[in-house]
Amino acid sequence: MTSTLTPVRSKRSALTKGQLPKYAPYAVLAAALVVGAAILALVGFNAFGWGLVSALLFAIGLVSWSAAVEGSRKAKDKLATCLVVGSFLIALLPLISVIWTVLVNGIPGLIAPGFLSTSMNGVTGVYDNRAAEEGAPVIGGIYHALLGTIQITLLATVISVPVGLLTAIYLVEYGNDGRLARAITFFVDVMTGIPSIVAGLFAAAFFFAVVGPGTKTGAVAAVALSVLMIPVVVRSSEEMLKIVPNELREAAYALGVRKWRTIVKVVIPTAISGIASGVTLAIARVIGETAPILVTAGFATSINSNVFSGWMASLPTFIYTQILNPTSPANPDPSSQRAWGAALVLIILVMLLNLGARLIARIFAPKTGR
Amino acid sequence: MTATTLTSTQGAGRAGDKIFSGAALAAGCLILAVLFGVALFLVVQAIPALTAPSAEIQGGEGFFAYIWPIVIGTLIAAVIALVIATPIAIGVALFISHFAPRRLAAGLGYVVDLLAAIPSVIYGAWGAAFLAKEISPAYNWLAANMGWLPIFQGPASATGKTILTAGIVLSVMVLPIITSLSREIFLQTPKLHEEAALALGATRWEMIKMSVLPFARPGIISAVMLGLGRALGETMAVALVLSSGALTASLIQSGNQTIAAEIALNFPEASGLKVSTLVAAGLVLFIITLAVNMVARWIISRHKEFSGAN
Repeated sequence: MTSTLTPVRSKRSALTKGQLPKYAPYAVLAAALVVGAAILALVGFNAFGWGLVSALLFAIGLVSWSAAVEGSRKAKDKLATCLVVGSFLIALLPLISVIWTVLVNGIPGLIAPGFLSTSMNGVTGVYDNRAAEEGAPVIGGIYHALLGTIQITLLATVISVPVGLLTAIYLVEYGNDGRLARAITFFVDVMTGIPSIVAGLFAAAFFFAVVGPGTKTGAVAAVALSVLMIPVVVRSSEEMLKIVPNELREAAYALGVRKWRTIVKVVIPTAISGIASGVTLAIARVIGETAPILVTAGFATSINSNVFSGWMASLPTFIYTQILNPTSPANPDPSSQRAWGAALVLIILVMLLNLGARLIARIFAPKTGR
Repeated sequence: MTATTLTSTQGAGRAGDKIFSGAALAAGCLILAVLFGVALFLVVQAIPALTAPSAEIQGGEGFFAYIWPIVIGTLIAAVIALVIATPIAIGVALFISHFAPRRLAAGLGYVVDLLAAIPSVIYGAWGAAFLAKEISPAYNWLAANMGWLPIFQGPASATGKTILTAGIVLSVMVLPIITSLSREIFLQTPKLHEEAALALGATRWEMIKMSVLPFARPGIISAVMLGLGRALGETMAVALVLSSGALTASLIQSGNQTIAAEIALNFPEASGLKVSTLVAAGLVLFIITLAVNMVARWIISRHKEFSGAN
């Protein structure tokens, strides 16, 4: 009413009256950064505290300004937005922190000579003490662990993929949503929730009962990993088989093709990109599992290329033992350098597998003609 | 050509059909057998510990006295993880589904999924080497200022290797699980509900409160329970981060232990009755997580039209 009389208010239309100006968030952000820096300068500056204080000031400032100008409903909306964005930023912190920690600590270990090509055979505390006290190079590497991880994971994949894929085929093509199919679906879902250490204990208990007490080999670990891997393979393959259009199956049947030939020649080739990427993701999930290997394959310091006999090392258990039981208890630094180097290798492996899964899904995706 | 060749090829095809469907059925049944096998073999190996005279069990007071402190420890760690992770996970899921620019949303979802891809042993190493050290001043502050609460009773652990640190690491690990499930459900909110709310003049938050959250409530509950299942069974984060000990109420002193970490720390060197005791502990963990997961799946299947599972 009276607002049209004052020249300043007349610039804004009645529709945008009672709203914060467009520049409001930026202005509040700038003010919050400045005030935050000032507060932190009083108590001792650090980047993390600056970010935290500024974020708090920004939220308080924007919400109270909005409450004053726009009313409580808009202010609540702004508060919710601040909280939601804030929670996303909080979730990013550990991701960045973990990757940064692994990179900074892992690179010295990774570039140490012979890290990828030697095992820990014969590396004793004496060498580590010499490395820590006299600056001698840290010796010992992860070749045995890398070999063990690859063998165990490969064997687990060889076990899980046929079982998982056939189960998915049963659920989609033969199950008809019957009682058995529903039971399998339910228990596959339940199996995804089995703690990894329980899977390890199962494999250990199974082999203790069948082969003999104390049986610890790479094969036992592979069975344990299969228990974790099968449900993942089933779920992803099932999703992929389900989205194969029914017209393709019906066209094959109309040509007189047997059901199993239809599945092998038509359904699976159509879904293969999704299945392959699901399998790759499943491998990425189990390759970093520590607990099941810990209770099934034991620790080894030397190269063991036979999965069916003797203890076997793997990357995750290597990291675990190097941190928890350093080779030289007096000087744990060389051990922790090796552990972080192995962690970097492991993270690179997992990231490559994840990336590979995405590439497979994109490159081999069936042409949809759209 | 002749009828015999036709019938013979048909015969081969029929056999192929039978073999293939039989193999598929066998694979499905194998999965059920494995799950029952898990339960069976754990029970068989655990029986000696359950029936042994109580003096022979570690601690000397029988299996029950051995197991209950670590069951409580497991629950404490899991509850801490969920209390921290649930609100953040719902916030992140809302951010990706309703707040982020549409073009960025898929990429941001992938970034959160990366959290799930990092192996647990690396989280454990990070928690022990980085987080515990960084967070111990905060524990000193809590002990000094909030020490009257039993859970923050001092003196705080100097190394920071406490159950609270382990719980924080666990919360990072369950965050992506809760996030991805909640996100799926938020995205399935009927567009008409959302648009109706907005058309009535609701702000974005009011729209979420009125249409998205009520729709997604059962899904969020089951997502949190699946996160709980993961937090209960997670081994490495606790084994590496926590310096374990007897059951204590204070979260910022060293002490407490979880089932999974107890097994991981002791199983490699165990033999005889000790193996059996640890397998029995694993059986307890299996039963707890199985119950949690089954309830979660049951909630999802009861609200099947809401869930991302179908």
